[in-house]
Amino acid sequence: MKQPITLQVNQNTYDIEAEPRRTLADALREDCGLTGTHLGCEHGVCGACTVIVDGDPMRACLMFAVQAEGRAIRTVEGLAAGATLHPLQQAFIDHHALQCGFCTAGFLMLATSLIERADPPDDQELLDALSSNLCRCTGYKNIVNAVRAASVALRQR
Amino acid sequence: MTSLDGGMGHYTDRLLHCENAVSASFAFHPVDGQPFVGQSIPRREDARLLIGRGQYINDLALPGMLHVAFVRSPVAHARIVNVDLSAAERAPGVHLAVCGADLLRALPPVQDQQLPLPAKWKTTVSHKIFDPRQPLLAIDRVRHVGEAVAVVIAESRYLAEDAAERVVLELESLPAQVDPEAALAADAVVIHQNASSNQLAEFAIAKGDVESAMASAPHRIKRRFYHHRYAAVPMECRGVAAQFDERTGSYTIWSSTQVVHWLRREASQTLGVPEARIHCIAPDVGGGFGGKGHVYPEDLLIPFLAHQVRRPVKWIEDRREHQQSACHSRDQIHDAEVGFDNEGRVLALRDAFIMDCGAWNPVGVGIPYNTASHLCGPYDVPNAAISARVVATNKVPNAPYRGAGRPEAALVTERLMDLIAHTLGLEPMEVRRRNMVSAQQMPYPVHLPYRDGVSIVYDGGDYPGALQKAVDAIGGLPAFRAEQAAARAQGRYLGLGLGSYTEGTGVGPFEGASVRIDPSGRLYVAAGSCPQGQGMETIFAQITADQWQVKPEQVMLTLADTGAISMGFGTVASRSTVNLSAAIHEASTRLRKKVFAIAANLLECADEDLELRNGTVAIKGVPGKSVSLADVARASRPGWDSKRPAGMDAGLEETYYWEPSTVTWSYASHAAVVEVDLALGRVKILRYAIAHDCGVVVNPMLAEGQIIGGAVQGIGGGLMEEMAYDSEGQLLSGSFMDYLLPTASDVPSITVIHQETPSTLNPLGVKGLGEGGAISPPVALANAVCDALSEYGIEINSTPIRPEAIWQAVKTARASHA
Repeated sequence: MKQPITLQVNQNTYDIEAEPRRTLADALREDCGLTGTHLGCEHGVCGACTVIVDGDPMRACLMFAVQAEGRAIRTVEGLAAGATLHPLQQAFIDHHALQCGFCTAGFLMLATSLIERADPPDDQELLDALSSNLCRCTGYKNIVNAVRAASVALRQR
Repeated sequence: MTSLDGGMGHYTDRLLHCENAVSASFAFHPVDGQPFVGQSIPRREDARLLIGRGQYINDLALPGMLHVAFVRSPVAHARIVNVDLSAAERAPGVHLAVCGADLLRALPPVQDQQLPLPAKWKTTVSHKIFDPRQPLLAIDRVRHVGEAVAVVIAESRYLAEDAAERVVLELESLPAQVDPEAALAADAVVIHQNASSNQLAEFAIAKGDVESAMASAPHRIKRRFYHHRYAAVPMECRGVAAQFDERTGSYTIWSSTQVVHWLRREASQTLGVPEARIHCIAPDVGGGFGGKGHVYPEDLLIPFLAHQVRRPVKWIEDRREHQQSACHSRDQIHDAEVGFDNEGRVLALRDAFIMDCGAWNPVGVGIPYNTASHLCGPYDVPNAAISARVVATNKVPNAPYRGAGRPEAALVTERLMDLIAHTLGLEPMEVRRRNMVSAQQMPYPVHLPYRDGVSIVYDGGDYPGALQKAVDAIGGLPAFRAEQAAARAQGRYLGLGLGSYTEGTGVGPFEGASVRIDPSGRLYVAAGSCPQGQGMETIFAQITADQWQVKPEQVMLTLADTGAISMGFGTVASRSTVNLSAAIHEASTRLRKKVFAIAANLLECADEDLELRNGTVAIKGVPGKSVSLADVARASRPGWDSKRPAGMDAGLEETYYWEPSTVTWSYASHAAVVEVDLALGRVKILRYAIAHDCGVVVNPMLAEGQIIGGAVQGIGGGLMEEMAYDSEGQLLSGSFMDYLLPTASDVPSITVIHQETPSTLNPLGVKGLGEGGAISPPVALANAVCDALSEYGIEINSTPIRPEAIWQAVKTARASHA
């Protein structure tokens, strides 16, 4: 049975109707039209669907849309400020940190939650955290370098 | 909701729009006046992918679109007694439920061998191939866990899955064949009733006289090698969407595929519709690596269903389905023998191997023939005899994945090199050096046929040079041996492993490019190649820009779209840069003649006086005397005010299909330094270096991305990944909980060294590099572990190199020494 749900995504309000079993990922993609969040495994391992919920990285495939009601959700679509890329997005270009781009949104949101923290992660912490998402194209080195560079750039702004 | 539009024209416009949608400031600025080929130009693909505006198959939403869920076999081998769809048909939101028997009444069986073999190959190579074709849904039997038995179409994916659970399968179990050698036994249950046994193919190739050379060799080593089963596993699973257009009687098929033209050909045969009425598009594809490199039953079934229900239909494979129905790869057992002299020079190489092809064999002998034709590697092997058998089992079918038979060949040859060294007390590097084809021997005839039927000739390079560079990059051999001894004194086990290979790249039969001058003066290129993250839009813009002396931003591309060019082959086998760059070059060369003739007419000069200059056609040495490409494009138009020379056809477009004479040979050496933890059996990679040669490098940043990405897949395959089955044919690694992909913590820093020997077989001098990185890591790591554990005499001759295997081997060795 569908029920009305209100989602706050990237500071926009989406009034949708969804069954309790609908995942946040499906609601974002199909009900809010935000297809930048991708599904790679739907069992919470690959992290392609990572979004930020109330400041923390979350697997959108493991959360129901109803659970996200009233919480602040951030997705890849909200990362750039208008036509200006987020420093992390820019760093991904500069470091060739994406190939097919499918896992990219998940890495961007995971990394955003890390580098925007008050106490930025050190290199080992960064590596540990980034190891929670999977990428099959890049071999990771460029992703790690891009996130490190963006972390520095963010603090210099 | 974001949607891909039905018309590809609109789709292309959107891509262009996306290029300008965000202001990305590039850290790299192309050097003016230099060719764009050779520069690390940032990717034009990145901006749209980084803002969440990529357009993958699952982002496609069409009005009235329905969704599909498959019912797949829960058992490895069974007779289908009954498929009861009635409960599913009554489930909420269901439009149609179909099983194999239903399809049999509506469609002809799938025909044709998917990869036709060239006549030259068939007359040169002794072979026997029986190629049963997989039906779109299983009909009388299921032959592997995950084989599709029925399909349900419903209003949403949720409802389709609900209904699929209500399908009742009545199956009568048959013995599962999971061991290819057991499957060859005389009393083994035969998986394909039209075949006389489970052996689906065999072939043999040879050079010289192996029998006598082996018999008279001072030393011989014979071993069994097993390269395990793993797979491409792209982050985006497969997916297909289709729509039938009543007005024109035509189909549009969107698929996450590497081969749109091949899909169109197969769809034409299956659906009984001319190719002109089928439009195939691969949108942004979330990785392929060969796993999406051939046509799958689902690619053909979804358009059929769209026609049945007269609504757009979409199927998105989930991860569990992917693990148990998208093709796996590798899985070969080799019995190999090498004969060599006292200096370690190979005199004879003999190998008989089996490939476990699983339940179907979608690309024939493509993989095992790659293995056979690459077995001699970079070495000057005077006598060789190689034979292969392809054996059916009740597992997921086996199809090419990054390397496609070459990692298996490298495992055999590169382990044998180390075993020769061990036997003679030589350095493995020295044994390789003594056997490698030298730069002075180039071009070097191998005297074995490639799979295009042409006798192999290594067309150039410095194999020992690459080996030396790789070893130097990890610190050099003497320094490593000192480091190893010092570590050993502290109770630590370090090892150095090498892995060298050669790789035929840019295989035919062809790829084509249409090059057009747009009325805006911009260049437009349409081609049959299908990117999955390689950065083709960027590199082919660089290549085209050089051809026309314009900036890459002035080049528009449409790839992976059968509507854009009438014939294409697709992106597999490290072939796109090689074949498409040549096609763009040739089409541009022809088009330039026409452009110059029209420009000469406009400028009232001779064609020979003209040159391309900053996006214009200009009179040589006369500043300001020029016409823009837009002027020329307008002048070329048909009509009353055309400014073409008399007798010239209208329009500015040339299509050229490049048919390579044969493959061009890339090569590399990998060097790995590892530390083995004896207590845990764990392998830690301390240093890893790759010296490779892919000819002229179009974009070094992207090339390095391909090599490192491939190497990490090889490292994952060597140490972690396995598509494992139990004795009943149940897949044990059906999710990412069980199938371990490398993470950021698992990969070492990798040093890449480019060695650039331009190919002589194509105009730009390029060689393929997409697959190479994945070839050597498993064997380089096996050699490194053996080197680390040399005091125990442990041989790692099978993969994956698991902690438990190492731990057990050490335990056994210690027990026997005690």
